This record gives sequence, structure tokens and C-alpha cells, in this order.
Amino acid sequence: MRRSRALLAGAATAALMFTAACTTDTPTETAPEGTETTAEETAEAEGSDDSGANSDWFVQADFDRELAQRDIAPEGPADQPWLQAIEPEFVDTSEFASEGGDKVLCFSNASVSNPWRVTGWITMQQQVEVLEAEGVIGEFRVSDAADDDNKQISDIQAFVEAGDCDAIIVSPSTTATLTPAVEAACESGKPVIVFDRGVNTDCMVTFIHPIGGYAYGADGAEFLTENLDEGSTVLALRILPGVDVLENRWAAADKIFSESGLEVVGQEFTGGDAAQIKDIVTQYLQRGPVDGIWMDAGDGSVAAVEAFEDAGQPYPVFMGEDEMSFLRKWQDTEMTAIGAVYSNFQWRTPILAAQMIWNGEEVPSEWVLPQDPIEADELDAYLEENADMPSLHYAKFGGEDLPGYPEAWTDR
Amino acid sequence: MSTSAATARAERPRLLERITASSSWTVYALLIVVFVGILVMNPSFGEPMSLMAFVKKAAPLIILAIGQYFVIVSGEFDLSVGSLVGAQVVIAARLMDGEDSMTWPVMGIMLLFGLAVGLVNGLVTTLLKVPSFITTLGMMLVLYGAIRLWTGGAPTGALTEGFRQWGRGGLFGSPGEFQVPYALLIVVVLGVLAALLMRRPYGRTLMATGNNDVAAAFSGAPVWWVRTRAFLLSGLMATVAAVLIGGYAGVTAQVGQGLEFVAITAVVLGGVVLGGGRGSVVAAMAGALTLEALFTLFNQLSLPSTIRPAVQGVIIIAAVAYAAVPRRPRRRATAEPPSSAEPSSPVDPPSRPKEPAAT
Repeated sequence: MRRSRALLAGAATAALMFTAACTTDTPTETAPEGTETTAEETAEAEGSDDSGANSDWFVQADFDRELAQRDIAPEGPADQPWLQAIEPEFVDTSEFASEGGDKVLCFSNASVSNPWRVTGWITMQQQVEVLEAEGVIGEFRVSDAADDDNKQISDIQAFVEAGDCDAIIVSPSTTATLTPAVEAACESGKPVIVFDRGVNTDCMVTFIHPIGGYAYGADGAEFLTENLDEGSTVLALRILPGVDVLENRWAAADKIFSESGLEVVGQEFTGGDAAQIKDIVTQYLQRGPVDGIWMDAGDGSVAAVEAFEDAGQPYPVFMGEDEMSFLRKWQDTEMTAIGAVYSNFQWRTPILAAQMIWNGEEVPSEWVLPQDPIEADELDAYLEENADMPSLHYAKFGGEDLPGYPEAWTDR
Repeated sequence: MSTSAATARAERPRLLERITASSSWTVYALLIVVFVGILVMNPSFGEPMSLMAFVKKAAPLIILAIGQYFVIVSGEFDLSVGSLVGAQVVIAARLMDGEDSMTWPVMGIMLLFGLAVGLVNGLVTTLLKVPSFITTLGMMLVLYGAIRLWTGGAPTGALTEGFRQWGRGGLFGSPGEFQVPYALLIVVVLGVLAALLMRRPYGRTLMATGNNDVAAAFSGAPVWWVRTRAFLLSGLMATVAAVLIGGYAGVTAQVGQGLEFVAITAVVLGGVVLGGGRGSVVAAMAGALTLEALFTLFNQLSLPSTIRPAVQGVIIIAAVAYAAVPRRPRRRATAEPPSSAEPSSPVDPPSRPKEPAAT
């Protein structure tokens, strides 16, 4: 009895695990034994992967456009990148022009759930304070949806129903779900400004964003391709599947890697958790050398570097972000690295765009901000400028000329 | 099993029988299977450095499982440990801010904070009679929210090297070479202490409280204080885990997230019965080790990490389902006739002293 029960439980558990495994490992079933073919490579060969260069996340036209945009000189003041725009198509905003100050500016924020958003949010508040002091903005009304689509939809509805917003800024949490809410806001007749992630409509006055995910992913992938010999191994560390900005980053990198001589030994989801990143990198190092690390966001990049240190392995060629902890580690270790940038200064632009719209000045309908990675020769300058900043601060936050600098960012 | 026990009266089968009779033997079997699986996939995992790296990764969860074990075996839950670990690491980073002289004072503050959280959990559960599921769920949200409020959503500051060495460094040798991790020593010491504690009167009372708190109260045990101490131990273990996890990987906004459920899974996997009164702390630790090994195996199999929560859920269900099957009399094949009361009484440590010592 006992034995059969034990066997039954064991068999049930094993069966469950195998079924659990089978639901996801279909790509590996054809992997020949004894070779080091990973799930990704097989999947790419079959074209059945749900992310990467052969997935719906990869749109060749967007990829080409974003890569080209990196080389186009932006229009606008060179010392104020948050006011620059790449190939802007200006639209007339005279219908929204209105006299007087003390406007009510409403902002529906997706969340402040990661350090990048926190840094940007501080910059935005500082920019608002400037305009409040000038008398342009009377009230800055904010609702934070805490990454909840439903909450954000009702937040935007509340702004529309209140009726006294002179402009509505939306930083959408997800693209498709928020589209109807943004359309409803447009129909209210108030100027609507969308920034960061997009929505599937062009009803807003302006959509503000840096070049985009393809450019971000490509900056790192090209750097690795240039700095590694053919046949070198690259490990890709990703945060989450299914988020468009992150999927675009990987799709671009996957495209570039697949056309290079580099071997991608794996792509792993880490949730941005340092402990998991360190564990995963450590395990790959146990299996064989890793010559390069590509990351779709900088969170926890230091843990990945430390995994090499703790394993006694030479530093890889590394793609991080403009997050201070990584930049400092980069300087300490003098490794070959690049800090990709998803321009954090974009958080200032919507506030200034609102002011321009109220003045009836024309703004770009799609406001593409520059997005330049930090390279080795710029590293020291950025570190010096941000010497007092906390480790989860982003170097290209673009708030140095705001009155609250630096206390607003250092004492957060 | 029964045939071998009948033919040989040697100690071997009896030992085997003892192992298989407790509901925790599955975890040891699973642990061996998983380790063999990893070694087949990746023989270099057996190298000392790889094993030590694994220990460093697994240590925080093992320690959390010890703390969770005390609470679960007393018949309660502690869902606040994940948030507490996260809060502790963030507090440590913020208060230290890279100042070496602050390492020890801040660790003292962390200890007090961990005990305070445990005390509040315990007293609210025992004296205010709020179910611990609700108490600690509330505590989880309070800590999560308070930390977000305090830091504005992203942790600031930095951990000192002196703090980080506990989770990252080790004895003998220099970094990058073979070292005996401090984390291993801490786990062994805490594991031995926990096993000893469970053999002390407090451990027996804790077990009895989880088995039947009314009976325990009638027999004179201060049930509220016994359980409160279990929560204190859980808070203490979460603090140690925070030190190790912060040391292992540093500060991120995500540290500690979801750890409470991983810890509960580990304890349940170790054959400890939810609801209390049955299970061993060593098996709970083995459960944590098995879970970490399982995640390592999935990595070696190149399974995406998205499957992990699903597997964790499957394990909880399978383990609880197995443990919920009624216990049967243990030595049917031996000469000892089964007493009529035995089938209904659970096999738990308080009944063990009645048996002849196996040694």
C-alpha cells in the first residue's frame, strides 16, 4: 500500500513536471543529442519562436527606420536634448491656444514602479515647479495607475469628466488597452499629449518618445558584434516577455546577432531580479565561457558583472544601461562596455509641450527625441556630473538646469 | 519494503522503513533525482566552485524555510517574509549608504526590525485572534507600501563590502577561487540550532500546538506565547536571509518579491503539513534545497523562467495531496501487533519516544 502510494505520488509529480516541461519545450524536441543547440537556435531555425527576429515583434520597416534615425541630426537646441526632435512634422496647435496662466495640467501616469520611471517622475515634477513659478501652471493633477490598465482607464475618464483639465498628459501602461481611453480624451476637445509607450491612434496632439526599442537593442548588439571575434558566445538577459518596448529591443538584437558570427548561448528572463541574474550568469559560466552580455534593460547589470568576478572569469564585453550603479562598476572594472540609453529626459518634454500648445506654437506630431548610448570616452564625464546621484539614478536624466538640482534627485 | 523487513531483522531495513515512513522521504528522493539530473546535463556542476556558487544562491531560501517551518508547524502562515526581506535590504542600503563603519550598527537595526515585525505578526495573530493568513498578508502589503513610500519607488544608497561579504564571500582563498562561503557556515549553524530547538521542550510544545492547540492549552502550554515566538523566529530568519540575499546580489527594486511563496513551497515540499503539527525542520531545509536545485535544473534544460511559477504551483498541490493521504500504521510486518488507536493517530514526533530506540 505504502509503496504503491509513494509510487503513485512520485509518478504523478513526474508526470506533471513532464507535462509542464512539454508545454514549453516543443522547440527543443528536434535538438540533436550531444550538440549544444539551444532552444532559441532551434526555434529560430523553425521560425516558430514567439520572440526575436522571426516573431511578430519584429517589423523590418520600423527596425530600418529606427536604425536610420540614430544617424540623423535632430533639430532643436543642442544643449537641451529634451527639446530636440528628429525629422519633426510640425502640426498647428492654434485651436488650443488660450490666454492667461494658472492652467490645470492633468497627468495620468502608468506607474513609478521602476527606478527609470522614478527618476523621470522627479525630473517632471521639477519642470512643473518651474512653470508653476512662472505662473503658467496653476495646478498639476496626477493619478498613478500602479501598472493597472483598468485603473488608468478610469483615471483618464475622471480627467475627462472633471472637464477642467487644460491639457491631459498620458504615459500609457499598455498600448492596445489604453487606446480607447486616449481616444475618448481626444474627443473631449482638450489637447492630449502621450509619451513613452504609444497607443494605436494618432488623435493626440503629439506623441513624445525617444527613437525606440529597436535602436536600443541594436546599439548594444552592434557594440558586441564589433568588439567580439567571430564564434564568441553571447548571453542575452531579458526582464519580461510580452512587453512591446522590451520585445522590440530583443528582436533588433536577435536580428543583428543572427547576421553576425556570434553565438547566442541563451536568452533568459530574469524579472530584473539581481539574485536571479547572478544565478543564471553563474550557471552559464559553469557550462562554458561567455564572452558577451546583452541586456534589454540595465536593472541588475552589476549582479551579472559580479557573477564573472565570483567565478574567477575575465570580464565579458558588456551592454548595460545609463544607470549609475552600472556606470560606476564599468569605471571600476575598466571592462569593454556600452551604456545603452532610453532617454530619461523625455519626462520633461510633455510639460514643455503643454506650454507650447497653450501658446499656440506648433509641435511635432510625432516628437522623436534623440537617444544616444553612453560610450567609453563619455563615461568619466557622466560619472563626474552625477557623482552625488544614487546608484539607481539614470545619467541622461536631463535635469541639470532645473532649480531643484541636485537635491531633488539625490534626496529621493 | 514489507518483504525485506520480514526476512531480515537487521537495522538496515528498519532504518529504511523509518525514512520511508515519514512523509518527508519524497523530498530526499526528489533532491537526489534532481541533482543527478543536473549532473547529467552539466557535469561541471559537480565541481567544488560550482557547488559553492549554488550554496550561496540557495542559502537565503533555506534559511527562510527554517523560519517558515516554525510558523507553519505551529499551525500558522507567514506571508510577510518576502516583503520583509525586501524591506530589510532596502533599509540596509539606505542607512549604510556605503559607510563601512555603519555595517554592524545597521545589521543591529535590521535585527530589531525583523524581530519587531515578527512580534507584531505574532501578537496580532494570537491575542487579537486575526487569522495569520490575514495578519501576515496585511504585513506584506504594509511593508511593501511603506518601503515604496519611503524610497519613492526605487531603493537608494549602497551596501558596504563588509555587509556584502556574508552573502558573497567566504573563508580560505581569494575571490574568484574556491572558497567556503560564509553562507554555507551560517546555514549549517542555523540548521543544527533549529533541529536542536525542535528536540527541546519548546519544539515539542510548538509541534503539539500545531497539532491541536486546544489540547496543548489544556495541558498547560502558553499557546499564544509559543506561537508568537514562532513568528519572532521567522522574523529573525528573514533578517538573516536578507543579509545573505543582499550580500549575494546587491540592491534592486525587486529583491525579495515572491519569496514568501517560494519558502512555503519549500516547507510543504519537505513534507511539513500545512495546518501544523507534523514535519521536520531538516526536511523543510531539504525542500528549499530541492526547489533551488529544481530551478537550476530547469535552467540547464533551457526552460524559460516563465514556467517556474507553474511548476511551483504543481509542486504545492502534489505535495499537499500526498501529505493529506491518511497515515497508516507503520510496522505492519513486524511482530508488534498494531494497536487499535494507531490508525487514527498521526505519526508525529511526540509519539516517537514510545518506540524502542533504533540506535
